[in-house]
Amino acid sequence: MFHSLQRFRPATVLQRFTLYGHKVAAGFPSPADDYIEGRLSLDEHLIQHRNATFFVRAKGNSMIGAGIHDGDLLVVDKSLNPASGDIVIAVVDGDLTVKRLQKRGGIYSLKPENPLFEEMLFKEGQELQVWGVVTATIKKFI
Amino acid sequence: MPLALVDCNNFYVSCERMFNPKLEGKPVVVLSNNDGCAVARSNEVKALGIKMGQPWFKMQEIAKRHHIIALSSNYALYGDLSARVMSVLSDFSPRQEIYSIDECFLDLQGFDPQTLADYGQSMRRAVKQQVGIPVCVGIASTKTLAKLANHCAKKGYAGSDGVCDFGRCSEHELKRLFAGIQVAEVWGVGQKITEKLQRMKILTVQDLRSASLARIQSQFSVVLGRTVQELNDVPCLAIEEVATPRQQIMVSRSFGACVLTLSELSESVAHFATRAAEKLRQDGSVAASICVTIHTNPFREKEPQYQRSLVVPLSSPTDDSSRLVAAALSGLKAIYRSGFSYKKTGVMLMGLQPGGGMQPTLFDDPACQAKVADRMRVLDAINRKMGKDCLTIAASGAKSGVRQRWAMRRQSKSPAYTTDWNELPVAG
Repeated sequence: MFHSLQRFRPATVLQRFTLYGHKVAAGFPSPADDYIEGRLSLDEHLIQHRNATFFVRAKGNSMIGAGIHDGDLLVVDKSLNPASGDIVIAVVDGDLTVKRLQKRGGIYSLKPENPLFEEMLFKEGQELQVWGVVTATIKKFI
Repeated sequence: MPLALVDCNNFYVSCERMFNPKLEGKPVVVLSNNDGCAVARSNEVKALGIKMGQPWFKMQEIAKRHHIIALSSNYALYGDLSARVMSVLSDFSPRQEIYSIDECFLDLQGFDPQTLADYGQSMRRAVKQQVGIPVCVGIASTKTLAKLANHCAKKGYAGSDGVCDFGRCSEHELKRLFAGIQVAEVWGVGQKITEKLQRMKILTVQDLRSASLARIQSQFSVVLGRTVQELNDVPCLAIEEVATPRQQIMVSRSFGACVLTLSELSESVAHFATRAAEKLRQDGSVAASICVTIHTNPFREKEPQYQRSLVVPLSSPTDDSSRLVAAALSGLKAIYRSGFSYKKTGVMLMGLQPGGGMQPTLFDDPACQAKVADRMRVLDAINRKMGKDCLTIAASGAKSGVRQRWAMRRQSKSPAYTTDWNELPVAG
């Protein structure tokens, strides 16, 4: 269908660029025209709150049980209220860390998803600072 | 006409702390381009008496003593976070004026005056939760008063929890409050005006507020007269949603090291002219003339000093990088004197006007102009896609090597956490 598009070529050099855009579809109109809905966007799929979403790079193996590997890209939403069971970015000793947030018997903890790492317990009075909630992880193979 | 001024607290420092929580509670300054002066200070640094704009080399000692952490400015980060903050705040009013990178006015007309302070708290919470940046909110009937209300909220003079609504204060309360604030804190009252006001025994905000309008107008200007009116609840400044197009574009910078030769100066001038031309095309404007400035380091008082600028008119207004660079270089050649060590060069594009609908001159060749426009479009597109300075005018020097001597000094810049895939924050 596209080979039937024609370009109008004016004669003088001076006008050449001004008329270049005019394409005349001479063939039958596309039967899909009425059904075009735009392309799918990964941004739309992965990001719920644009202003609150940041990307963080995962490092190390503490979360491999949750499918998060070294170098993975984490999508982090700062606006969500963290709930027990969420994977979160927390601030521990001034560093960012990715762990699963858990609450058992009134005690919060940051739980790694790897038996080689230890769970961090936060007793009453100890501050646990959650930086954001991890909503997705992205792996690139190539 | 109630309106709010929302201002980020120590914005650059807050941005740095967000991605580097280790800086929390420590004295932090952010330095201007070339690590020159303090452009943002944490509360800890303010408490040490370090002033805005203080040159870094003059605070070395106090910095060492108090372990002040100095960071180079990271405008990619601040710009991105600013856009997020402004976007969150735009949901709170149909009319928003973004006044600077870290503050905006919001029109609150039509809202229930009783609830404005609570509304201000919602703004604070939203920005803090969504972007992570702390802000303060000042609410009043004029822009000048809203600025002042914001100042009071920040300092804790009035209001509560970072929100201050002058509409909720009685005249008696306002009088007492304003009598305790220096006149220099008023928006638009700079150092010179402050000194003159002080000689007239106008020392506090309340003094200025109750000063005779006619006297202020005759002794100063209509502008300061407006300030007095605004302090008295008479709105003179409207919320401007659309930024007025720039009247001039300035690109100037101090060098990392002093520069002696014309060829090195030429590189920097060509580079700045290229950057200015890019900004010009972004605005869709053309420039009628270009001004070149060079000067030596005024802080090295023992060395010979020299400073000159020259305006070079263009035969017809243009946005063509190569013509602007050529004009800037011819200006530089005319003002350059050997024997000085130069610290700073700059270019300024002047006589800006919209690019379309220009009256062609007798000597303009439309075909040639179309070619230039195409060339500039390609140049900008390549640089947008492949990174800044990927393609540039040869006169501005190679990216490595030659340029290094005059390039900006940014010794301790944090990563571009939100705008570069290679510099994302890391979580272990």
